[in-house]
Amino acid sequence: MPAGQTREIKRRIRSVKNIGKVTRAMEAVSASKMRRAQDATMRSRAYAAKAAEVMAHLRAQNASAQGIHPLLQAHPAGKPGVLLITPDRGLTGGLVLNVIRHAMRATEASIGDDLRWVALGKKGRDFLTRTRSELIGEFTQMPDNPSVLDISPITRLLLDGFQGDDFSSVHVVFADFVTVAKQVPTLTQLLPIAIDESVTVSRSPFEFEPSPEAVLDEVLPRLLELRIYQALLEAQASEHSARMMAMSNATSAAKDLVEDLTLTYNKARQSDITAEILDIAGGAEALRSAS
Amino acid sequence: MPMTLDVVTIERQVLHAEDVDVVVAPGTEGLLGILPNHAPIVTGLAEGVLEIVRGSEREIFAIGGGFMEVRHSHVIVMADAAEHAEEVDLERAQEARQRAEQALAGSTEKVEREEALAALRRAQTRIKVGQKRRSSGSARVG
Repeated sequence: MPAGQTREIKRRIRSVKNIGKVTRAMEAVSASKMRRAQDATMRSRAYAAKAAEVMAHLRAQNASAQGIHPLLQAHPAGKPGVLLITPDRGLTGGLVLNVIRHAMRATEASIGDDLRWVALGKKGRDFLTRTRSELIGEFTQMPDNPSVLDISPITRLLLDGFQGDDFSSVHVVFADFVTVAKQVPTLTQLLPIAIDESVTVSRSPFEFEPSPEAVLDEVLPRLLELRIYQALLEAQASEHSARMMAMSNATSAAKDLVEDLTLTYNKARQSDITAEILDIAGGAEALRSAS
Repeated sequence: MPMTLDVVTIERQVLHAEDVDVVVAPGTEGLLGILPNHAPIVTGLAEGVLEIVRGSEREIFAIGGGFMEVRHSHVIVMADAAEHAEEVDLERAQEARQRAEQALAGSTEKVEREEALAALRRAQTRIKVGQKRRSSGSARVG
């Protein structure tokens, strides 16, 4: 075996090792980002719980009285709107594909196929552009650890569209973070706002200032904002965990490859040595018989 | 008998305290002082300063609107943004005010102006709260 081949194998071992280092670093980065997104989800739970209680009091208050708030009822004008939350970047295994496929199937099954889309994330935006879907808004480069201010333009777009004639209802598709290894694409309704009926209070003793309607006006948009924020955090936790898994697989694949290549390298090296020894022995033999 | 106070935003729980004697909140209908055993009430909150008294200590928060629920001795402030006076970065707040003023001067569109105005109000509240911290130090409430 020529000496050039062992050098070539050695070079490949080095480059695969380097790739393994990069993927291991990316795995660690994704792991910490995932944890931060999960922590943020936990922190928003306090608000969610309190908001549900306030809503329960409001419901008890005007169970039968007055008209229903516009954000709580469907209206026929416009088309259903869907907010599609995807990552900006790849290296997330099958996550993007799963979310988009679910978005198409689930919306078709439950709300029809004549939709207006809002994309949050480049992957979804690119897909919707490619399929010439009706895309009326796109938001990309959402920071990690987003603040509520970061999503308020989205909330405003959806709210204005629903109060105007763009959207008859608004839904969101995102990857719900279940475990590190499991992200479930989910379709849920944002508008009209569905109220969690499981939180109940017997009778509301509360005074509402200035009026229950005015308080409802304040509470409902924030409930919407909260739900968008939580969906985004779930999507981010899913993205980072999917990337972490993908990078972990890549790291172990790199390790396997290095092992294989090392074996091949050693075989090549040994056969080089054997060939050399045979050469020398043959030469010595030739010299002896010549003399 | 002191009250329990929770200050929460969508992003985090800002405060949980069980020894609060007085809460003064910027209600949409005007300043609202809450003492223990206040009648149950839910009200909207405006952008402004939230003051609380705990024993001999007075604490100040900048809050950015939201709403508040009062049960007999439990007050829940659900704010769009809330910052303890100690957390306010005066320099950054002043920079934010300048940016907002420039944006306001440079914009003609209604939505843009509204946003700039809101940002300006936020910055002003934070500056006010930050300065109160500086001037009052360990202020007492009589």
